[in-house]
Amino acid sequence: MIYLDNSATTKPFPEVVQSFQKVAEQYYANPSSIHRFGSEAERLLLQSKKQAAQLLKVSPEEVIFTSGGTEGNNIAIKGIALEHQNRGKHIITSQIEHPSVIQACGALESLGFEVTYLPVTETGSVRIDDIKASIRPDTILISIMSVNNELGTVQPIGEIGHVVKQYPKIFFHVDHVQGLGKVDIDFYDCGIDLCTMSGHKIHGLNGTGALFVKKGTTLFPLHHGGGQEGAYRAGTENLAGNVSFVKALRMIMEQKQTAVKKLETLNQRLRERLAAIPYVIINSPTDAAAHIVNISVPGFKPEVIIHALGENDIYISTMSACSSKRSDESAVLAACRLREDRTTSALRVSMSFENTQEDVDTFVSELKKVLMELNKVMG
Amino acid sequence: MQFNQIMVRYGEMALKGKNRHKFEQKLQSNLTHKLKRYPATRLKKTRDRMYVMLNGEDPYKVMETCQEVFGIQSLSFAVRTEQDEDKIKEAALFAFNEADNAKTFKISAKRTDKTFPVGSQEMNQRLGGYILKNTEDVTVDVHNPDVEITVEIRQDAVYITSKKYPGAGGLPVGTTGKTLLLLSGGIDSPVAGYLAMKRGVEVEAIHFHSPPYTSERAKQKVMDLAQEMTRFGIKLKVHIIPFTNIQQKIHQEMPEGYSMTIMRRLMLRISEAVAKEQDILSMTTGESLGQVASQTMESMSAINDVTNYPVIRPLVAMDKLDIISISQQIGTYDISIRPYEDCCTVFVPKSPKTRPSKEKAQYYEAAVDFSEDIKQAVEQREIIKLKLQTETKTENEFEDLF
Repeated sequence: MIYLDNSATTKPFPEVVQSFQKVAEQYYANPSSIHRFGSEAERLLLQSKKQAAQLLKVSPEEVIFTSGGTEGNNIAIKGIALEHQNRGKHIITSQIEHPSVIQACGALESLGFEVTYLPVTETGSVRIDDIKASIRPDTILISIMSVNNELGTVQPIGEIGHVVKQYPKIFFHVDHVQGLGKVDIDFYDCGIDLCTMSGHKIHGLNGTGALFVKKGTTLFPLHHGGGQEGAYRAGTENLAGNVSFVKALRMIMEQKQTAVKKLETLNQRLRERLAAIPYVIINSPTDAAAHIVNISVPGFKPEVIIHALGENDIYISTMSACSSKRSDESAVLAACRLREDRTTSALRVSMSFENTQEDVDTFVSELKKVLMELNKVMG
Repeated sequence: MQFNQIMVRYGEMALKGKNRHKFEQKLQSNLTHKLKRYPATRLKKTRDRMYVMLNGEDPYKVMETCQEVFGIQSLSFAVRTEQDEDKIKEAALFAFNEADNAKTFKISAKRTDKTFPVGSQEMNQRLGGYILKNTEDVTVDVHNPDVEITVEIRQDAVYITSKKYPGAGGLPVGTTGKTLLLLSGGIDSPVAGYLAMKRGVEVEAIHFHSPPYTSERAKQKVMDLAQEMTRFGIKLKVHIIPFTNIQQKIHQEMPEGYSMTIMRRLMLRISEAVAKEQDILSMTTGESLGQVASQTMESMSAINDVTNYPVIRPLVAMDKLDIISISQQIGTYDISIRPYEDCCTVFVPKSPKTRPSKEKAQYYEAAVDFSEDIKQAVEQREIIKLKLQTETKTENEFEDLF
């Protein structure tokens, strides 16, 4: 099997699964129970928070464990909006954010908030000047992703943070789901108030993740209850999940340097090989995050290619079409103002450092074969 | 260029006449313990200073660690360089730049090695000129400089020190005797212990544990506090006293209004017995006047009545907010506010006497004999010895899970 859909979900590290299993079997007590068994679970919870904080270079009380990216984005965006609506009801985000950001903003619009969806360049970059121009006295939140999930475009988070820092009343949220472990971001230096991370994109388990909430930032919780996670996310803690997330975080951080280098080599090889196929246009900019390469094959139906490759045990993905007006068009590519034949024929290849050069080579030659075959029928 | 050593100045203790040798030895050993987490560092002692050789360890982290050691007045980073004028100049400029925002400076050169061709005065001028030439908006001020750069030209090398960092002050822990700290788990007692340590006192702690009325977490909290205090005390012995029987007995047999006073009197009697056994000459508490019912002047007098050991109360005249600010500074606050019941809050009477008298306390106690209970409590105590954690990684029983 050649798995090239790592931006959707990665294969969990065996160590992560082991940690999960061990905690689930041995520390199943509720950390809020006052008995000794509960207190052991509580200590493990505190320890996992400490470790996560150490790895992220923040304080333990700034880490909120979540179930992943969608939840983190919702807690951050709705939480800030509801808590600080008296200060203003304007939010700035971009047209190419993940659906969990776009839809959360849309829901807030129905509650009377105003949202500016910033346009992007042809390669999916947000322009700093656009951000500056959209800031209003009633702006309370700016939410921009660090790495785009379809294109891999890396947004200028540091520069945006620098702008936001000049407006102490505006909170800055970064959806770091695709960037974690691949793109370095110092939360404090970049002036970030909230940052979403997910476990299953870094070889952790589905249903795990964390949200960084800078000290002094207050949120309106989406879940009320027993006051867990600093009362920002009530509900009995997923201790095994949290511990396994920290394990994945540690492993991904420890291997980051070599992993990124490897991904860059794979990326270059993939681009070179793809460029040789006449039907393929590469959409991802050359300075995109190395794990994502987005291509269009104008004239071909992407689903058909996915299924054809699937027959050979090769897995890539089409665009997440959920936020698009048209069901067959990539909203992200449409926002980049690419021509329709490109926005409707896009494929995403997303690698992990565990992929090999052979994976890349086999994928490209199989893709070529599939395209040739289909060309006879469709072309 | 980088700093290769930290110069340690010990202020007050230098005055202590005949004791001086002992003080220096204690400081040296405390500092050595603290520096264990930076294994490459070496400590060197000269007549009136100590030098921490960094040998490649992060200067700022080592500095932070040294700043937690009592008995140190001030510290400076130092550069060691060859007897070469250009190198000295370069080092002096580097040392000046280390002091952020310094606008004025003074050079104090000292030529111990008279074979060096340039005299001290001449050296002052040359180095001052060099710094002026290579900086902007900076002037010399020999009376009130923002930073004084000292340059010591010795036979083996030249030492250039830069701005002064404040040390923790006080006296080296272990130079002024030992005390037994009544450690409850609240905000105050760790601060009291910290302040005693600052005056050079070695601290052992005593904690009263009443299972099942108080939980394992309450005990763990006390152990965590004690562990935190080893940052300043290096080592700390904790005596955990089984207190359940005595508390139950007080609750059953003593009048409710006096139960608090009598409980404290018993704690002090047990503490005295432990102190006697350990050759400790005093007790320390976190009492502060007027905070709660048990901390009125009358109450203090009624409680103190059971012992003629000195009871040190470093917080007696401090405001709560000042105490909190110290506890935040020394890292015990976050532990202290964990919400577990301790022995003082479980059996709290509805309306304790705020003005108890020792005569009445004596009268009530006379009806019941506690001496056997005290003896047992002392005998059955659990002793836990804590040491400063020397590894950079925090000790972690769950290590394999992460």
